[in-house]
Amino acid sequence: MAELTLVEAINDCFHTELERDENVMVLGQDVGRAGGVFRATAGLLDRFGADRCVDTPLAEAGILGSAVGLCMAGWRPVCEMQYDAFSYPALDQLITHVGRYHWRTGGRMTFPLTIRMPYGGGVRAPELHDDSPETYYVHTPGVKVAIPSTPADAKGLLAAAIRDPDPVVVFEPKLHYRTMRGDVPEGDYVVPLGQARIAREGSDLTLVAYGSMVPLSEQAADALAGEASVEVLDIRTLKPLDEEALLASAAKTGRVVIVQEAPRVAGFGAELAAILAEKAMLDLRGPVVRVTGFDVPYPYWQIEDAYMPSVERVVDAARRLLRF
Amino acid sequence: MAQVAAAEPELRRVIGDGETVADGEVDGLSEADLVALYRDLVLLRTYDERSVVYHRQGRIGTYAIFWNHEAMQAGAAFALGDDDWIFPSYRESAIGLLRGMPAETILSWWRGHPAGWWNPADYNVASISVPIATHVPHAAGLAWGKKLRGEDACAIAFFGDGATSEGAFHEGANFAAVMRAPLVLLCNNNGWAISTPLSAQTRAEALVDKAVGYGMPGTRVDGADVLAVYEATREAVERARGGEGPSFIEAVTYRTAPHATADDPRVYIDLERVEAEKKRECVGRYEGYLRRLGVLSDEAVEEIRGDAADVMRTGIGAAEAESPADIGLVFEHAYVDPPPSLAADLADLRRILGGSSG
Repeated sequence: MAELTLVEAINDCFHTELERDENVMVLGQDVGRAGGVFRATAGLLDRFGADRCVDTPLAEAGILGSAVGLCMAGWRPVCEMQYDAFSYPALDQLITHVGRYHWRTGGRMTFPLTIRMPYGGGVRAPELHDDSPETYYVHTPGVKVAIPSTPADAKGLLAAAIRDPDPVVVFEPKLHYRTMRGDVPEGDYVVPLGQARIAREGSDLTLVAYGSMVPLSEQAADALAGEASVEVLDIRTLKPLDEEALLASAAKTGRVVIVQEAPRVAGFGAELAAILAEKAMLDLRGPVVRVTGFDVPYPYWQIEDAYMPSVERVVDAARRLLRF
Repeated sequence: MAQVAAAEPELRRVIGDGETVADGEVDGLSEADLVALYRDLVLLRTYDERSVVYHRQGRIGTYAIFWNHEAMQAGAAFALGDDDWIFPSYRESAIGLLRGMPAETILSWWRGHPAGWWNPADYNVASISVPIATHVPHAAGLAWGKKLRGEDACAIAFFGDGATSEGAFHEGANFAAVMRAPLVLLCNNNGWAISTPLSAQTRAEALVDKAVGYGMPGTRVDGADVLAVYEATREAVERARGGEGPSFIEAVTYRTAPHATADDPRVYIDLERVEAEKKRECVGRYEGYLRRLGVLSDEAVEEIRGDAADVMRTGIGAAEAESPADIGLVFEHAYVDPPPSLAADLADLRRILGGSSG
């Protein structure tokens, strides 16, 4: 066990996975010489060579599109999108091919590629370095989505994504790349897709979150200490979703607040709320409440804190629900 | 950085017209090769003509016609080895026939039946790309990936003139050039993207001029001259195998048929030009060439056409004999390892349908 930052855990995962499987390769902008703008791929070029850690042209659709062809040639490519919102040019490839090609071959050819990107706000960055685009991805059939909230999960979920036979997208909370440290198992370490994690046990109310909203929810749980026993459920994998864990926590506490950084309309929180409405109605003592970003472009950074779900907003929602 | 020569402005041509333009020849092709190439052309022509009939009879769905594009498909494919990969657009839907794919498979694809799925690795023919140009990066990636593995294979991507306006074409071509991927980019310039003429697609004088911008050589050939296409592709393949990276071939023709069975080009196309082009269509031109060379007899033509007709009769018969697809296939191949919700959805659907759909 080593204490690592979240981005160091990702780097550790890469070193482990490229060593373990010679078919794994990394491609993206600035991933080689620079080791990635966040240094997630540092050291790979020197250790594994320019054929397995590839600096590509500035072309997101080209990166993902060529990864489809690389899969056909037997590789397991891991594509880095430099920032959340810079991945949008690749959505065409994602939707028209990545999520469909296995199906299109009648299940005869697999496309075990991984897409990973830093996501989310709070980092005082220029426009379009702050988005939470997970809904676009999770809505795409044939594609799985994971979002870690701790250094250990950042390593374990990325390893699961790389080893998975299907295309997997991993969103990494860039806010916590260097601000969060934690114990990370050394060597081979996989957190299976499809398993939620109870980040904190509680009995009166559940905060459901993923990615950077998990530590925020834990802070809100602290703030509510003395008023209510709050459970924090870290979804970890949006698809496949651990419905059982979601429903079990709802049955246990009877109150659910969903915390999501992305804009509200049709966000993943809406999907979670719909599942609870369909399957947990009689367990609930009040409405499912969402605390989300707003349906506006992510704001300029001097006022971004007003957009981001905050401890105050989560606590306010929890109190309203507790009083319902 | 090596200098890249400006693209050839003239259309390369091998086949004469039997009158004022003399026939040329391509080195290294035996008489048997020449006839085999004719067989490929006739197979594609027969597939296309029968498919239009099958569509009118309601036996296949909407179909993208490729009449008079056979020369660029057969000519290019003839220059490839079996290990080389073909990335077709919908205009090259039947190119798998040249790799031993049963007509049944392709007809099933146009019938919307899962029997139209195939494993690309069985034929080294990628799935048909319906969206324009998005398969160009796939071909670049496959070619690059083969090179990284030390394999000798190269790839060819077919796309139309309209595709050169798409970002995916640009990203794929540029990627291939940067990675020195062994790729042939074959642009089927038939002058039309449904109703949009080339003049509304680009201000480039010729599409082949784009090659210079990617640092790759470009060749412009008569797309209805199967030998010219073959020769240009062979050169590009040799270059690719030699580690020199991708090449661009612009094969120029004129679309004489509707874009697809659902299209009526009379409202936009130059009908006089269509009639003129039909008179110099690619299969007839090559047949004339072979007859002038004295390597094709009436009996051989009869036999080759008969064989192609048999392929289609067998193919449509087999496609129509396929059992209705089980509804389980709606779910089955969406993932290798599917989320549990899919099985629940299927079970629910079967319950509602009373299990009658198998």
